[in-house]
Amino acid sequence: MFDIKDLYQEVIVDHNRSPRNFRVIADADKTMEGFNPLCGDKLKLYIKIDGQNISDIAFDGTGCAISVASASLMTDAMKGKSIDEAETLFNNFHSLITTENEIDSDHLGKLAVLAGVKGFPARVKCASLCWHTLRSALIGDDKPVTTE
Amino acid sequence: MNKKSNAAQQQNQSLGFDVKKIRNDFPILHQIINGKPLIYLDNAATSQKPKNVLDAIEKYYREYNSNIHRGVHTLSENATEAYELARLKIKNFINTRSNKEVIFVRGATEAINLVAQSFGRNSLNENDEIIITELEHHANIVPWQLLREQTGATLKFIPINDNGELIIEEYEKLLSKNTKIVAVGHISNALGTINPIKTIIDMAHEYGAKVLIDGAQATSHTSVDVQKLDCDFYAFSGHKVFAPTGVGVLYGKQALLEEMPPYQGGGDMIKMVTMMETQYNDLPYKFEAGTPNISGTIGLGAAIDYVNEIGLENISQYENELLGYANQLASEITGLKFIGTAKQKTSILSFTLKGIHPHDIGTILNNEGIAIRTGHHCAMPVMERFKIPATSRASFAFYNTHEEIDALIKAIDKCKKVFN
Ligand SMILES: Cc1ncc(COP(=O)(O)O)c(C=O)c1O
Repeated sequence: MFDIKDLYQEVIVDHNRSPRNFRVIADADKTMEGFNPLCGDKLKLYIKIDGQNISDIAFDGTGCAISVASASLMTDAMKGKSIDEAETLFNNFHSLITTENEIDSDHLGKLAVLAGVKGFPARVKCASLCWHTLRSALIGDDKPVTTE
Repeated sequence: MNKKSNAAQQQNQSLGFDVKKIRNDFPILHQIINGKPLIYLDNAATSQKPKNVLDAIEKYYREYNSNIHRGVHTLSENATEAYELARLKIKNFINTRSNKEVIFVRGATEAINLVAQSFGRNSLNENDEIIITELEHHANIVPWQLLREQTGATLKFIPINDNGELIIEEYEKLLSKNTKIVAVGHISNALGTINPIKTIIDMAHEYGAKVLIDGAQATSHTSVDVQKLDCDFYAFSGHKVFAPTGVGVLYGKQALLEEMPPYQGGGDMIKMVTMMETQYNDLPYKFEAGTPNISGTIGLGAAIDYVNEIGLENISQYENELLGYANQLASEITGLKFIGTAKQKTSILSFTLKGIHPHDIGTILNNEGIAIRTGHHCAMPVMERFKIPATSRASFAFYNTHEEIDALIKAIDKCKKVFN
């Protein structure tokens, strides 16, 4: 049994209430849409790339607290990262929310608060939507992402 | 015990409706989910099954499992008899003129597709028009869009007002001599609106159009008399009336069904097959190709027995009482907005909470053992109409109690606390 507070930690509630980087970057180098047809979550990522680095990243759209907070935290974490670092972070985050084992989450910083979704399997997709969208924007095929 | 649940308990009994006894007929209700007693409020998605239905299915598999309409042996005779008895029960349940007008299908979805393809595809052309409504479930939208693509016919929508009621004056304007099919839900699954289907049917008939009623949400709440309604087709799913999944009913007027070609080909729907041609079987078998869901159909018959025993009058009276109670308590929650406030409604409470996404509400309620549906309810045009991505929907059945509604309200309050 899981306490609901394991999922809705204060950081998540806060990032849902006032999401960071919630804006449009008009001259973004890459934009990508992510869509979760099951719950209607829809978000759009805007990324500015300077050489091999993410110099700015923002998002807008609508979604549940988990998907909004996840996008807010992710965009915060990604700023200034190289594309390789972004890929590593993606993999680490993915393990964090899907694997049974406790993983060392020190290097994930604030992102670790999303570990709680593990106890709520129906919500893993909400937390991962923005990440899949980012990955597709950086290395992908330029097709909008859907979680289905 | 606090004052509220005291009041709740009195109300459970005040109608001479013994909910406690009824709940004992539903084994699934007595379990713990996330440490709390299960409170099942997702009845519009699917209903729970009473013991007599479970027993009927088990008895079939234990005692007379065999194929129907083809064996001379005793088991097959018994299975055929039970299957046809279920048809007779449906005939009486919705008052068709004849057994031949009761076609067993997989569910409401298949029934609607059958009508669109067998009736629609063979009688519509590009000058014709189909009218549906903004309230429909996708099952009563997409088959008509497919038909539109196949025939070139035009598809029109009756709009709804801010309460979620069909605007009949607008319907009147859409009708013309080109209208061939009007397909309308009896009751909306997203909002609970009970549509004035008798009026809609009569108006369509003035123009010679045929009318299909999607009764998926209706048969568990209200009695249906297809002869009085004079609808041309009526579709419903067993699993929404306390029967298993995978079985449903299409009613059609015999004269129309006689004219329609088969929907699928196979065994059972034929009289004689040579390599060159096939002589189709009589109604209703013409539309029942292949081995059907025998156990499910027998289960549906048992479910109808159960509903008849309790009585749809009593059911709807009790459910209205539950809805009134829920409405009253929910209206005291600040930030809660009702979506769907039709005057004529079944026991569906669809709502949004300011600043909290329905998905989060669903998760928090589930953690309290409460099952509701969150999302677009397969009715995306309704969500679009209200400019929302989703709602939270609690839908009540006659085995729900006033105490469960108290728990729902408390859990909604908890959502607000989590996000305060
Ligand atoms: C109004 C309405 N129509 C049609 C359907 C489709 O029923 P089924 O999925 O059982 O075929 C549903 C089920 O949710 C419904 O609520």
